[in-house]
Amino acid sequence: MLLALLALALIVMVLAAPLALRRAAEWRARRPARRSNGGELDLELYDPGRERRAEQRARELLRSCVNAEEWGMYRDLGFIRVAGRHARREIDRDRGLRPAYAYLVYPHKPIVAYVPESGQLLSEYCVEFPDLTGNGGRHRLPASDDVLAKWMALTSDEDRVIRRANMHLVGRQLDPARVRRDLWRLAEWERRRGNQQQVPQSQR
Amino acid sequence: MKPGHGEVLLAEGDPHVREDEERLIEEFRRQLDEGMWAAVPVRNPGSGRREAQMVKEYADIPPDSERVIFFPRASGG
Repeated sequence: MLLALLALALIVMVLAAPLALRRAAEWRARRPARRSNGGELDLELYDPGRERRAEQRARELLRSCVNAEEWGMYRDLGFIRVAGRHARREIDRDRGLRPAYAYLVYPHKPIVAYVPESGQLLSEYCVEFPDLTGNGGRHRLPASDDVLAKWMALTSDEDRVIRRANMHLVGRQLDPARVRRDLWRLAEWERRRGNQQQVPQSQR
Repeated sequence: MKPGHGEVLLAEGDPHVREDEERLIEEFRRQLDEGMWAAVPVRNPGSGRREAQMVKEYADIPPDSERVIFFPRASGG
């Protein structure tokens, strides 16, 4: 009796084998297609080094575009000063390298307008460069690219970028005490830089 | 400049070579159509300081420029 059952099971297995093999082949053929159709396995893998590499490239690009003084300022202090182009009074037009007002450009923070002569803070301009690629604005520019974008916008078409920005009194997003501290750091940085530049001249 | 990626090379070529120039013009227009701003880093002839020059047409690009940088247009944050 047992021998008969074993023989029957063997016959069933032999008869079912082609059917099972065909099913397995169909499943194997369907598997890559399902993966490329956007299943959960299709999610973009997170690359922890991508942002760091992007920032590294952005720093090089910024360095190649701005003046040596501005690059040194950003490298040492974390922001760049850009001179304002407009003059409200005739006397301001004769200032030469000393503009009537200037901007502090921070990465991913508002642009701050101030008066270099008195240190008076004028206003902060909230501006961003959103993702236009339709990715839902998930990404933003690397920090140095954000600074470069603001620098290019201010030095090429100051009016346009200021018109597009949201203007507020200083203190809405940035701490005025911190901005004043940055102005002091900038003054110290320029003083030290001036001394360093004078030393080689005096050694001649 | 591409958010999330940083600098991306879009196209390169010699503008004096016809095929290259056509490719550069096509890419230039595509970027502007996508809403990007285009700027060229230049040196101010008066002060000698570096600054950027916005370009809205391919013909506006200064002939001695080495590159045009496209970046997302500014909006109020």
